[in-house]
Formats: sequence, C-alpha cells, structure tokens
Amino acid sequence: MADFRQRIAEGVIVGDGAWGSLLAYRGLPPGTPPELWTLQHPEIIGEIARAYLDAGAELITTNTFGASPMRLALHRLEHDFEEINQRGVQIIRDEVGRGAFVSASIGPIGKLLAPLGDADPDEVACGFARQARALIDAGADVVCIETMTDLQEALLAVRAVRSVSARVPIMATMTFDITPRGPFTVMGVSVAQAATALSAAGADVVGANCGVGVDAMIDVANAFLACTTAPIAVQPNAGLPVTRHGKLTYPETPERFAEALAPLALRGVRVLGGCCGTTPAHISVLMTKVMASR
Amino acid sequence: MILQELHAAVEGGDAIRARSVTATLIEQAGGAGEILNGALLPAMALVGARFRDRDIFLPDVLLAARAMKASLGLLEPLLLRDAVPAAGTVVIGTVRGDLHDIGKNLVSIMLQGAGYRVVDLGSDIEADAFIDAALHAEASVIGMSALLTTTMTGMEAVIQRIVARGLSDQLRTIVGGAPLSANFAREIGADGFAPDAVSAVEQVRALVAR
Repeated sequence: MADFRQRIAEGVIVGDGAWGSLLAYRGLPPGTPPELWTLQHPEIIGEIARAYLDAGAELITTNTFGASPMRLALHRLEHDFEEINQRGVQIIRDEVGRGAFVSASIGPIGKLLAPLGDADPDEVACGFARQARALIDAGADVVCIETMTDLQEALLAVRAVRSVSARVPIMATMTFDITPRGPFTVMGVSVAQAATALSAAGADVVGANCGVGVDAMIDVANAFLACTTAPIAVQPNAGLPVTRHGKLTYPETPERFAEALAPLALRGVRVLGGCCGTTPAHISVLMTKVMASR
Repeated sequence: MILQELHAAVEGGDAIRARSVTATLIEQAGGAGEILNGALLPAMALVGARFRDRDIFLPDVLLAARAMKASLGLLEPLLLRDAVPAAGTVVIGTVRGDLHDIGKNLVSIMLQGAGYRVVDLGSDIEADAFIDAALHAEASVIGMSALLTTTMTGMEAVIQRIVARGLSDQLRTIVGGAPLSANFAREIGADGFAPDAVSAVEQVRALVAR
C-alpha cells in the first residue's frame, strides 16, 4: 500500500465513521470509557474495523481517542496506558493488514489548559508525546488529532507528535459551531486560524470533525477550502442523537449523509469520513457516491 | 456609577478590579442585594447572552465568571447576614462515567450569578447520588450535564430513578451538553433542556416558578 501522503496527493480517500456510538450499540455500558473494550472485547473492536474495511474505508481509526495518560487517569486506567494504545493499533492492523491505513486517534484531554483551567501545558504536551510514541511504535500509519476546540491544546498535540516522529503523517481536526460570523470553535478559533496554525505546527492534513451534522459541516468545509491549500479532512456527525428505547439513534440516514458529503470530493477535500452516529452503512454509501462522481 | 464599574469589570473579566470595586461598594454601605441585582446579575446575563450568540467565546465567559466569583466571595457573608433569600436551590453534576465539567461549571456559575444556591456534585455522578443530594439540600431542580454520546443516556437513568422513587412531583430535571438536542431531552422525559448556560438559567427560573 502506498504512503499516506502519496495516496491523498492522488485523490480523495474515504475513511471510517463513528466508534463510540457503535460500541454503545454493541453494549458498551453508558459511562464506561470505550478504551476499556480494547482490553476486554478486542473481538468487537476487530469486527467494527472489519465492517468499515468491507464498507470501503481506506483509513481506519484506532479506539484510542481517550487514551492520553491525562484522560485515562481520570478513569483510573493510567496503568493500562501502554497496552490500551499499543493494542489499540495492533487490533486494527491485524484486521485490515495493509488494506487500509491505521489512523491513530488522539482526542482532547477534557480539561482546560492553564491559566483558564488547571491543566499544565507542559504536562499535557508530555502526555500527548507519550501517547504518540506508543501509537507510532505500535505501527500507526497516521496520527489523527481530533475533536479539538482549543487551538493551543491542538498545537501542543501536533508538536508533541512531531517531536516523536518527523515523518509520521498528522491529521489535525477541530470541532466548529456555526455562528453569525461563520464557523468558530467554542473557544473562539476561526477556520483560518486553525488551518494556518495547525499546518505551521506540522500537520499534513487539517480539517473538522464532529459537530451538529452534515449541513453545518458543509459550511465549515467551504471555509477551509477558501483559506488553505493544505489537504482537508471532513468528518461530520450523522446529526444530533435522539433516543429510542434507551438506545441512541441518529437522524441522518446513510443516503442523506453521503448525498451531502460526496460533492466535497470534487471540490478538493482529501479525506471524507464520519463522526458520532455514522456507521459502515454511511461509509458504504459515501464510498459509492464518491466513486460515481469521479 | 460605581455599580456600572463593577458591571464593566465583570463583563470584561477583570477579577482584580471586580474585587476592589466590590470592596469599595461594601465600604460605602452598598447593600449586598443591591450590588448583586444592580451589577453582577445583569453583567453575567449579558455575558451569557453574548456567548449564546457567539459574539464572545468560552474563554471570555470563564474570565467573566472568575470576576463574578471574586466579587461574590466578598458579598456572600453579607447576603447571609442580610438574609437575602436565594432564588432557589439546584443540584448539578455531570452524569456517571463522564468527567467533563467545563460546561457544567459554567452553568453552575451562571446560576449562582442569577441568585440561586447551587450544590455542585462534580462529575461522574450516579443516578441516586443526584436524587439523595437534592433531597438533602431541599433542592427542587436537578441539572445534569454530559459531553459524550456514550454517557448521555445516563441522564435517562436519573429521571427513571426519580420516577421509581416517587419523587416526580417534587423534583424537576434539566439537561444540557454538546451532543444533546431538545428532542433527546423530551424523549428521556426531562422537564427542561438548556443548549447553553443562559437558557439553563431561564429554564431553571421557569421550573422553580412552577
């Protein structure tokens, strides 16, 4: 399989969809950190990876979103840090072989950085570097820093990954709200600020994930297309969830999701995929529509 | 005039200034209730509304909240002394398994800024712990927060426990958090849904008045 940078230079790549919401659907009890299932139910992680691979995804995410040492410590799982990250990569690799890129997820720490909050930036940077080291040593093809709202935290993560590896491709995506003045993160970061700073810090791909749904994400994607020449990644939610008999369901169907998202491939977005609520069905239809539009 | 200075200090997130102006106001024998209603409450209401409209962002709100707390810290003993009644009591927390507290803390501060007594349980709170705390504090409203799609279903568990314990007449619930929608809140049987901290205050006001 080609190098990730070479592959996205050739054209759009369709990645996978949600993990957390699929794990919940498979029985992950509310409130249980999803990373625990890497240790307890690796077979389920493998099955989900396989389903995304079969749906056509070329980029499969690891179940390590909350596996930074800071965040694991909140769940008293810090002693399982190495194993959760290493096995997180290995399970996906074992399932997909070289048939897809393994995209190692790094999510936010869930706390505010000082001086607004009490998280020490040096400690946070050190934690991201440790997580990146574990993920890269385990063979990750790409590191995906995602769902960030604080640019400083996102930059700490990008630089931490770069400090561990000069070579590994980095995707860095943030979560934007639509405001009367355009898309901003809740911390007040504009798309242009994010694109410029994340690229300068060493991210190969910049973009947006999560959010409230595919329509809002189109606005965000347009803002990225207008302000950067860097490859762009776009991974929206399937809308905001509603509940049916205690299980969450998401309003945007695979057809509606793919219909709205696929045209971005022609406009230069290089990585398309899904976040919360998207399923292998969403990715399968997206793949079909992207192929058809070529 | 000096009330306007306090208003400006809180709105601008200047905690040092907010504290010193509050001290001056107290020296000048300004009533605690008057300072609260004349400066803190309207300043935080304005900050909340500007955040809701994304005219300002979370860092601005957190700084304003810090300034408000600096002022409130000086006022609290006086509010107690003057027996300024709280607008009501709210128990608030992030549901089981969810350790995110930024949004919840913001709502907590906005409620305090609006004159409510807030019992903040923190994060990762079990269903019955919400209810026990509400009974203990004689609160009429339970506020629940969740940031994750893997934890938001924990809110329904709290509401079901309220029903199971026969407390539906006595306890109202309000929910909020990034992945939530009004539909979700309605389906799980929450009495109120707050997409932002200003709405949380408005919703609590409506629920307490009921």
